[in-house]
Amino acid sequence: MSDIIKIKKEYLSKLNNDLDLNSINQIKSELFGKSGKITNEFKKIGSISANERKKFAYDLNLAKDELQNIIENKLKDNEIKEINLKLQNEQVDVTLPERSFNRGRIHPVSQVIDEISSIFSEIGFSVAEGPDVENEYNNFTALNTPDNHPARDMHDTFYLDDKKEFLLRTHTSPVQIRTMQGGKPPFKIIAPGRTYRSDSDQTHAPMFHQVEGLHIDKNINMGHLKGCLNYFIKEFFEVDKIQMRFRPSHFPFTEPSAEVDIGYKLKNGKIIIGEGDKWLEILGCGMVHPNVLKNVKVDPLKYQGYAFGMGIDRLAMLKYGINDLRAFFETDYRWLNHFGFDPLDVPSNYRGLSR
Amino acid sequence: MKFTIDWLKEHLDTKLNDQMIIDKLTNIGLEVESFESQQSEFDQFIVAKIINAEKHPNADRLSLCDVDIGQGKTVKVVCGAPNAKKNLYTVYAPPGALIPKSQTKLAISKIRGVTSYGMLCSESELKLSNESEGIIDLSSKKYTGEVGKKYFANKNPKVVDISITPNRADCLGLKGIARDLAAAGAGKLKKKNEDKIKFSGSQNIKVKIANDKNQGCTAFGSCLIKGIKNTDSPKWLRDKILSLGQKPISAVVDVTNYVMIDLNRPLHAYDADKIDQGIIVRNSKKGESFEALDNKKYTLEENMCVISDKSGVLGLGGIIGGTRSGTEKDTKNILLESAYFEPKSIRSTSKILNLETDAKYRFERGIDPNSINEGLIKAATLIQKICGGSISKLDISKNKKFNNTLIKFSLGLFQSITGFKVSDKETVKILLDLGFVVKKNKKIFNLTVPSWRPDITQPIDIVEEIVRIKGYDQIRTETPDKIRNKQTLNYQQKLFHFLQRSVASKGYYETVTWSFTDAKINKMFKEDKNEVRIVNPISSDLNVLRSSIFSNLLFYLKKNLDRDITDISLFEIGPVFTGKKPGQQEIVISALRSGMVSRLNWIEKERKVDVFDAKRDVIQSLIEVGLDQKKFHINSKVPNYYHPGKSGAIYQNSSSEKPVALFGEIHPNIIQKLDIKTEALIIFEIFLDKIGQFKNKLKDQKKKYQYSDFQKSERDFAFIIDKNFKVQELVKIISEIDEKLIRNVKIFDLYEGETIPGDKKSVALSVTIQSLEKSLNDQDLENINNLIISTVESKSGAKIRS
Repeated sequence: MSDIIKIKKEYLSKLNNDLDLNSINQIKSELFGKSGKITNEFKKIGSISANERKKFAYDLNLAKDELQNIIENKLKDNEIKEINLKLQNEQVDVTLPERSFNRGRIHPVSQVIDEISSIFSEIGFSVAEGPDVENEYNNFTALNTPDNHPARDMHDTFYLDDKKEFLLRTHTSPVQIRTMQGGKPPFKIIAPGRTYRSDSDQTHAPMFHQVEGLHIDKNINMGHLKGCLNYFIKEFFEVDKIQMRFRPSHFPFTEPSAEVDIGYKLKNGKIIIGEGDKWLEILGCGMVHPNVLKNVKVDPLKYQGYAFGMGIDRLAMLKYGINDLRAFFETDYRWLNHFGFDPLDVPSNYRGLSR
Repeated sequence: MKFTIDWLKEHLDTKLNDQMIIDKLTNIGLEVESFESQQSEFDQFIVAKIINAEKHPNADRLSLCDVDIGQGKTVKVVCGAPNAKKNLYTVYAPPGALIPKSQTKLAISKIRGVTSYGMLCSESELKLSNESEGIIDLSSKKYTGEVGKKYFANKNPKVVDISITPNRADCLGLKGIARDLAAAGAGKLKKKNEDKIKFSGSQNIKVKIANDKNQGCTAFGSCLIKGIKNTDSPKWLRDKILSLGQKPISAVVDVTNYVMIDLNRPLHAYDADKIDQGIIVRNSKKGESFEALDNKKYTLEENMCVISDKSGVLGLGGIIGGTRSGTEKDTKNILLESAYFEPKSIRSTSKILNLETDAKYRFERGIDPNSINEGLIKAATLIQKICGGSISKLDISKNKKFNNTLIKFSLGLFQSITGFKVSDKETVKILLDLGFVVKKNKKIFNLTVPSWRPDITQPIDIVEEIVRIKGYDQIRTETPDKIRNKQTLNYQQKLFHFLQRSVASKGYYETVTWSFTDAKINKMFKEDKNEVRIVNPISSDLNVLRSSIFSNLLFYLKKNLDRDITDISLFEIGPVFTGKKPGQQEIVISALRSGMVSRLNWIEKERKVDVFDAKRDVIQSLIEVGLDQKKFHINSKVPNYYHPGKSGAIYQNSSSEKPVALFGEIHPNIIQKLDIKTEALIIFEIFLDKIGQFKNKLKDQKKKYQYSDFQKSERDFAFIIDKNFKVQELVKIISEIDEKLIRNVKIFDLYEGETIPGDKKSVALSVTIQSLEKSLNDQDLENINNLIISTVESKSGAKIRS
């Protein structure tokens, strides 16, 4: 029996036992160390006669591979065993709380403004804005509400000077004036923003939000107004059916003017929009008065169109079941947390208006 | 405007039932706000059930009852009736109810030491019979399920309350409302027979309308009624006045009020014997005064339209009469006035004097100038009927002739505005029914506007009349086009929406607060900005436009802290104001964070929020919105509401004049002044209008993608440097040494203390060195290493720490 076979046999039987890491390493060095048994065999190759050398080398490599394989496998098995042993001591209670994180909130008014912008964007409106401080002309006179007009009494106005020249805008309608003064028709804008009236009680806040709409072109009539609002209301309240009622009304800057009611019912004290026999007033609108068009140098014989205005806070209240307007502006952390929206909840057309 | 359906029917022949009339009113623009009975004093008596009755602890004959009064409420009532037993249905009177028999108001009272909330009633107490033995025993069969409901049916007539828009002066009277309804097909307007009237003698009190500048009165009609006996009004008139929710006064006053509501024709009655010689309608002189019928004394400005006599002012024309010439029960002779006052004059006078009356409300909106005679005759006849007396001939003084408005109208306009057609025939009918005179010339309608419609001045008004009467439901619903010619948001608006959500995503709660604030708090944040005062603030602590959002944020922070909420992160995005002119405002984000990070945390060590939390949030938001952090320049020039040593200003680049953001701790003095109780408070603000617009859109901003696979080396340095030397400069010095090789400089330690001189600090930093072109060998690295040390030492005065 050659040395190789002897070594192989001896060590195969040794390796057949249950060995710990040390013993395996011991065997490894006995075989493959600097003067290990296999290593020594390799050293012999040079001194072996040419005709035997090939077979010798072949056998030796075979034995080396086999032993090495077994040793490596044994070592790996051993490592896994040790890891498993360690794992038994590496247990945490995963029901303990995670590391802290902060989740922010978007105010319902902001969320609803984004929803409104997203809906009107779809039918070609762009967003325009104007300053909170207005002059008397843009807020009233240009809007066909001269000084001696009783309609001025309906707006409790905050003034910034005794001459009543500068004021906090009482509605977003002056943005109509600014938009038309600063451009050429056609106009197709919405203008959301802060508005102010010196009125404060349970259902009125001295500051609130409105969105104005204006569409002026060559052939825009009341049918387009109806269609636009019908589309908006349906999209906004995310219902298939909406009952809408146009009622004649009066605003100095539109003629004919209308107020729009939507149908609703009460279910367990909650307002359900879209069906039912009750009516809820939600906005005012009409065809832009020719006097207004003249005031901004748009020819009423060539151009006409509609305008509308609605309360954003009120829309938010209706959609999200908020029943106290004052709470919008009181910064109660608990309220903000409850009614606020996740910042990643960006209303958009393709992702949907809301979750 | 309030009225009963019965009253309306005096002017309107109609087959419609009440609900149909109500709907019709709303559909033609006379919005019905309510349709219900006036409250009755009997409304308070409700059906109740005794759910438990036991003996009163201190009185044998009294029992203590638990009474179910409906809507889930039970009250304790002490009752003396022998039949007050469990399960008895009876009638309950709550505190405040007026007991018919005794005419006393019930109060919450203690009866023998036990509080009784209200009373259980006997038939006699309710004046139903003389039965006073025991309380009312209602049949349980009939009244099961009725608990909480009114015991007495409300017999008051239902009253319609409509809101009249300012343009519809004509509908401030029943006749006008009936006319509108008739035009809309709800019935026929009744033609009244002219009241037969026998005039005796002429009106011999001289009336003169002075030829003053801007005279507010253009016509003054009057008649004398002599020898009357002023009394209480008859029942029909009292009921009418009561149905409006007003109090009957005397026949003369009630008649003038009745005619005002019926015809929208305000009148005024003077005690003719109290007029000193003639009537003069003239402009007031400054300082004149009189006592008005509201028992207040008014001192007048110049040029208010007054009715006067020789002794002075009698009243303000079209607004309010005076006590000196007022009628009383013993008045014998009256002068009845029916005049026309200019809306402008009425409006300016009443505004100055802050006076609101029914007459003013009507004249301000425009009274039919041709209703002077009708009003005088109707009122005089009624007064004569009730109070007797003889009526003089009418006296009409005028200084201006009224001309009806004429309008040329074509139906083309109607179709163009409404989008649907209406026939000539129907158009004519609607306009005739509304009182227009219509003459047609080919396609053009020549229209004479009725005198009671001062609001109609041009063709568009005619469009509204026709579409209003036809019904808005006739208008089609056109499907909107989904074409977009212009971007929805512009750059600044996108920035607004992006930053709003960017800041919120860092854990801040967005809030919305008033644009105004308390001047006292605003001063702390105003800096050198103008204070913008509100002339008529809603309250004295909301009296200026905010110069900064922080005044409000801190106010509400304190409120939340007072609610025992800790660790608050708030922000608002919105305008702050720099002047009182339009446009003197800018958009700012202001944010605050208070308290601790990881408060009461089992795994993380809790610590106070600090300036570098604020810096992280603001820098991250600026980067997210697209700014280049590498170009940022930071210094410590901050407003005085920041902690002077723990705050900074961020500039978009080193040549920017104004910062885009500020961050830091708030000044401790402010925390102390506002009495804010929290461990720490940091703030930041971003000035959106200072963020410059990128020249390119994102698609053009992306540079060529370059990366290096050559060996990357990290070298650590520690420099000892002046305490005041800014790390920003140190990083800049190193980065600029070789921008191609020095990829990154990272600060990993800052040390001040023992082994270092007091005015120095040690900054440890790690520099990443990598070439795009080759692997750097030891010599290359050694060179750059030495260059970094020598450059830093020479440019900053630092010493490498050995």
